[in-house]
Amino acid sequence: MARRVAIVGTGQTHHRSHRLDVNGRELIHEAVERALKDCELTIRDIDAIVIGNMDHFESINYVDTWSVEGSGGYMKPIMKVTTGGTTGTSVAIAAYYHVASGLFDKVLAIGWEKNSESDTTGAIITCSDPVWDRFSYSGAIPSLATEASAYMEQYGATQEDAARVAVRERTHAMNNPYAQLHGRPITIKDVMESAMLAYPIKLLDVCPRTDGACAVVFAAEGTAERIAPKPAWIKACAVRHAATWFGDVDYNTGLLSLKRASLEVYEKAGIRHPVEELDVAELYLPYSYAGLKWIEVLGFCGPGEGPKFIWEGHSDMGGKLPINPSGGVMSTNCIGATALLRTAEAALQIMGKGDKRQVPDVKTALATGFGGCWWSDAIIMSSKKP
Amino acid sequence: MQDGKNQELLTLNSGDLAMPYEWSIGLYGSRFFQEIREKRRFLGIRCPKCQKVLVPPRRICGPCFQKLDELVELSDQGTIKAFSVVNYPFIDPATGRQRPIPYTYGYINLDGSDNIFSHLINEIDESKIKVGMKVRAVFKDQAEMEGNIQDIRYFEIIR
Ligand SMILES: [Zn+2]
Repeated sequence: MARRVAIVGTGQTHHRSHRLDVNGRELIHEAVERALKDCELTIRDIDAIVIGNMDHFESINYVDTWSVEGSGGYMKPIMKVTTGGTTGTSVAIAAYYHVASGLFDKVLAIGWEKNSESDTTGAIITCSDPVWDRFSYSGAIPSLATEASAYMEQYGATQEDAARVAVRERTHAMNNPYAQLHGRPITIKDVMESAMLAYPIKLLDVCPRTDGACAVVFAAEGTAERIAPKPAWIKACAVRHAATWFGDVDYNTGLLSLKRASLEVYEKAGIRHPVEELDVAELYLPYSYAGLKWIEVLGFCGPGEGPKFIWEGHSDMGGKLPINPSGGVMSTNCIGATALLRTAEAALQIMGKGDKRQVPDVKTALATGFGGCWWSDAIIMSSKKP
Repeated sequence: MQDGKNQELLTLNSGDLAMPYEWSIGLYGSRFFQEIREKRRFLGIRCPKCQKVLVPPRRICGPCFQKLDELVELSDQGTIKAFSVVNYPFIDPATGRQRPIPYTYGYINLDGSDNIFSHLINEIDESKIKVGMKVRAVFKDQAEMEGNIQDIRYFEIIR
């Protein structure tokens, strides 16, 4: 039987487009130091480390080996996990497994990326099949754009509907001092008038490129309660990897991996009506259209009802189910850290450490990860020990 | 970039590197390109379990985990299921040069198959292209064909 596990501390860097003031190790260290401080532990208290990023982005692979003084992994068991955009949640879930198995008591999960150091689009293109897809594939934005084109045709959703999601994310980001794009709010008009990068995605419909890192401390039952006054208990998590052939994606059935992952966590957590039973959701939404389509897949509303749900304000702060109080991926996207940030932000909400972005009285929170060939992870946390 | 104390923050550049790779296309993939070259015809493969016809042909059906061996002839026409007009500049990692923009790439459901095929569509005016439109493959002349995905020039909309 698995042990109960909680998140007891989180730390993140101040995210910027270029962090020339630090190298990769130092960036990682900034997040680790803050996570340890958050739960008043020292690196000596940590039994094992799970770390990840997008392997080939910075062209310095094997982060587990070269970043030891940043991660604190000197003479500790370290494992690297890299699953594309899902990396952050995969790292978190692997850290959870480490503790739930009974093998380790306190495990540090780390995600990081310095996107300023790489040609992100070029690197992402090399994730595609070199024989079949690479010639026409053009990285993350157009592949998401194709999904958007199919969704718009299927349900009659508009570019303005998507823009409303972008406005929410950037409005929420104003409350998050760590977010890269936290400076000013945007309007629907701003989004509509921004440059068309890849139809129907415009500049303000999509996430930025970010330098940043995140670290999260997981602890076992018995230890967790002593470390944190209000730990965020992991209630359920699920990992789903879809087909790796881009051509095997069915654009008309929703994001299948996210559907399956969410069904599993809802079932394990006993959730039947997510909108009523979840208090907050930190979702990996890399572009605005995902904020329409993927919330349907998550069961927040019916198929094709995403736009209505968003326009009615249900996902805003103060709404029925606030989504991304942090400002989400569209305000900060240090890819290997991005899904771990969702995990950390969901945990923050349960621990009551959200400051200006805190949703009142959070008992249950959902975090998701998305990546690569339409992969998805989902985690449900609770203020109550499961 | 300067830090708070007016100290210059330095970066280091990797320089221009050539990194050639070579990839096996496999048994069925090779057949696919030979069929295009010799007969200007698409080949898919049927799964004995789910009965889906997949293109390009491959050895295993992912969801069913079944070995595949029934090659199926497909039409050179199909339907656009998703597309994007790519408008931002980026370096093509295969060539090291900027890919010419704008261009449209899309996913096409070839008649007779059950999945979608990724390629270029020669329409860059987003008001003239829609999901659901019929398209037809345009091939290179046989003498120019190299046994790769670019033996298909693009798909054109059937108007
Ligand atoms: Zn099958």
